[in-house]
Amino acid sequence: MTIAHKKPQTEMPKQSIEKRIHNFDEVALGFDEELALEEASRCLNCPKPQCKKGCPVEVPIPEFIQLVKEHRFGEAASKIKEKNALPAVCGRVCPQEEQCQKFCVLGVRGDPVGIGRLERFTSDWERLNVKTKAQKIEQTGGRVAIVGSGPAGLTVAADLAKLGHRVTIFESLHTAGGVLMYGIPQFRLPKEIVQTEVEYVKSLGVELRLDSTVGLLSTIQELKQNGYDAVFIGSGAGLPNFLKIPGENLKGIYSANEFLIRTNLMKAYKFPEYDTPIRVSKKVGVVGAGNVAMDSARCALRLGAERVYIIYRRSRDEMPARAEEAENAEEEGIEFMLLTNPVRFIGNDRGFLEKIECVKQQLSEPDKSGRRRPEPIVGSNFTIEIDTAVVAIGQSPNPIIQQTTEGLEATRHGTIVVNEETMQTSILGVYAGGDVVSGAATVISAMGAGKKAAKAIHEHIMTKKAA
Amino acid sequence: MYGIVRKEQLAPNTKLFEITAPAVAAKSKPGQFVILRIHEKGERFPITIADADPEKGTVTIIFAEVGKSSTQLGKLEVDDAILNFSGPLGNATKIEKFGEILCVGGGVMAGALLYQMKALKKAGNKITAIIGARNKEHLILIEEIRKFSDELYVATDDGSEGKEGIYFLKDILEKKFDQAITIGPTSMQMIVSEMTRPYGIPTTVNLFPIMVDGTGMCGACRVTVGDETRFACVHGPEFDGHKVNYDELISRMRFYNPNEKIAMLLFDGV
Ligand SMILES: Cc1cc2nc3c(=O)[nH]c(=O)nc-3n(C[C@H](O)[C@H](O)[C@H](O)COP(=O)(O)OP(=O)(O)OC[C@H]3O[C@@H](n4cnc5c(N)ncnc54)[C@H](O)[C@@H]3O)c2cc1C
Ligand SMILES: Cc1cc2nc3c(=O)[nH]c(=O)nc-3n(C[C@H](O)[C@H](O)[C@H](O)COP(=O)(O)OP(=O)(O)OC[C@H]3O[C@@H](n4cnc5c(N)ncnc54)[C@H](O)[C@@H]3O)c2cc1C
Ligand code: SF4
Ligand code: SF4
Ligand code: FES
Repeated sequence: MTIAHKKPQTEMPKQSIEKRIHNFDEVALGFDEELALEEASRCLNCPKPQCKKGCPVEVPIPEFIQLVKEHRFGEAASKIKEKNALPAVCGRVCPQEEQCQKFCVLGVRGDPVGIGRLERFTSDWERLNVKTKAQKIEQTGGRVAIVGSGPAGLTVAADLAKLGHRVTIFESLHTAGGVLMYGIPQFRLPKEIVQTEVEYVKSLGVELRLDSTVGLLSTIQELKQNGYDAVFIGSGAGLPNFLKIPGENLKGIYSANEFLIRTNLMKAYKFPEYDTPIRVSKKVGVVGAGNVAMDSARCALRLGAERVYIIYRRSRDEMPARAEEAENAEEEGIEFMLLTNPVRFIGNDRGFLEKIECVKQQLSEPDKSGRRRPEPIVGSNFTIEIDTAVVAIGQSPNPIIQQTTEGLEATRHGTIVVNEETMQTSILGVYAGGDVVSGAATVISAMGAGKKAAKAIHEHIMTKKAA
Repeated sequence: MYGIVRKEQLAPNTKLFEITAPAVAAKSKPGQFVILRIHEKGERFPITIADADPEKGTVTIIFAEVGKSSTQLGKLEVDDAILNFSGPLGNATKIEKFGEILCVGGGVMAGALLYQMKALKKAGNKITAIIGARNKEHLILIEEIRKFSDELYVATDDGSEGKEGIYFLKDILEKKFDQAITIGPTSMQMIVSEMTRPYGIPTTVNLFPIMVDGTGMCGACRVTVGDETRFACVHGPEFDGHKVNYDELISRMRFYNPNEKIAMLLFDGV
């Protein structure tokens, strides 16, 4: 008999390539009970679990996997939720190979336990089989305002509500979820699942105010004056960066944010049933090679493009996207043009994009930091015919809050400065976390920051109340 | 949900709504806009604030029915509600005592201009106003605007009322102005800016590029002002009219016309 843990990680079924490139349904299909039990049986239930070290929100990993082994799926889900308010999201989009799974002891000799896949299975099982009901929690009398309903804001809200504080989230868009709703595509993270997690946070008593842009509607100072004991800023990094090269305002050039907001949040892939249009023609060039670029490229394909290029100035080794995402993109037929840097967009006489001029790059010798910088190869310019371009070269924090909050310290890059232990900003009682502090990062790091802030806010309020 | 408390037809295909939105009303200032979404499958689209009553908690908008979303909006009645109404967005018009000021408004934007004029008048300015529209039927709010003008000129594209076209402005510009503001069709704002330029009159325009979020996240609303790319929703919507690249703006505004035609055709079909 083979010992369970020596087997390779249990594969998760996926939609076939031919099928999935024509729809927006989820690509990865998840474990059924049998596959979940098979994978759970690999976990050694270590007395000193190393895996936990890699999880920024301290999910009780062996404990929940043990419950899965015992077929107690509902309890397993509750176990995870003690620490993680968004397990169905994390199970899908956490870069597990860099986090919990990186530390799993089984990874030393073979495959680590598929922790993310089990987390996903458990929370999916709960969604299908358990009705969440509003919970009664004893109130402390504390009131907290949260700016932004991305993973950072939702985490702070859930943690503080569980501790008995009255929490209100202010969200500028018409839907809660932040990047989970407007950025990450349906085929990686179905929006219905995000909304179920949002409903769970609401079931804890959290009030959600949509259409409310803090800074314009009310300022941080006004929130404090209006009786909130503390404010948490989780406004994310939503400001798109552009290349700043000639021709960038031609018709057919999108920021990744616009492209993804239209496609995902506004469901332009269902136009005209949904009212928001998007125009994607036959040849699409996506500039950049992070997760955002991969998502844009794969959306373009599903919107009907025939050829989709990833245009990236460094080589494959430096690509910031998760390996799994780059592989998915490549499988689907996305073409990678590496060591290639755009220098100019070229349009026709009606202002529509027609071509992009690029220059070939080579990597220099490693510099002091050990990084190999790309340099243009003189005279290697060439043009590619494309009629839609998506610029996916990163986002910076949206400046509205920083500009409207006096005394709030921010860096040159627009990120908010905090005390790393408490996440408190330069203003007493005002905290911040997630992408607005770290710059564009990950869902789970935003949640980790949210956890820290929630703890500090709770202490702040309880001390204030005791005084 | 945001309830409609008053509905008026001001001109053919032009409607005024007063909408209950107390938080928005408390903060609205002239020059700012709201983004609305009528129903779950609707698009987000911007409309300039034409008035706000903080005490009643209402905001007034005036809009032209030009495509699917605005036509759908126009079909709503008093006591119906709008799903999303986000605002106030964008920067407010700079209100101070300039002295002699020229205010040029066109089409449905006469309401937004009136809102600006009320504040400018209160700040002690002398106002020469020009209100234009396609034709006599489309002129709106003339009597209200008259109340806040020291001098008022009315113009129509076809000459069916008042002056014909906008070029008579040349004679008026002989008078010295300290400031000009204009709001209305982009081509009109462009012409006004071109005409004030030789006189060195500082001129602000109020731009309407395509928008999605209205909070600086998508970059759809980018316009070239001077040598810089600016986002109209967060850096504007008001800009120095002498620095805007209008050709690019007008071209970009038409990008979705083929899609919008399909949407409207199918909508008319039902
Ligand atoms: C396309 C894409 C794919 C990604 N893929 C992954 C992935 O696979 N795995 C992963 O871990 N991470 C991924 N990320 C990164 C991850 O989504 C972010 O790091 C994370 O969402 C940050 O969370 P946040 O709560 O800080 O901010 P956000 O999720 O950005 O949420 C901020 C919220 O605040 C709102 N807001 C902003 N300003 C205001 C204001 N003034 N008033 C009120 N509300 C305001 C915004 O509308 C938004 O809803 C991806 C990001 C993108 C864009
Ligand atoms: C900051 C801002 C403020 C605005 N304020 C007002 C307002 O106070 N009252 C009002 O009636 N409209 C206003 N608009 C324009 C309004 O948003 C559009 O008319 C609306 O989006 C049209 O949607 P639709 O689906 O009905 O028409 P669509 O089908 O989208 O368009 C129909 C026709 O209208 C044209 N059109 C579309 N968008 C615009 C635009 N932004 N400007 C000019 N023409 C356009 C299209 O080119 C097309 O020919 C404003 C726009 C912006 C950006
Ligand atoms: S939340 Fe992410 S990092 Fe933590 S256990 Fe789950 S998959 Fe791993
Ligand atoms: S380290 Fe690996 S085997 Fe050990 S408890 Fe964690 S997941 Fe299980
Ligand atoms: S409308 Fe999206 S950035 Fe201005």
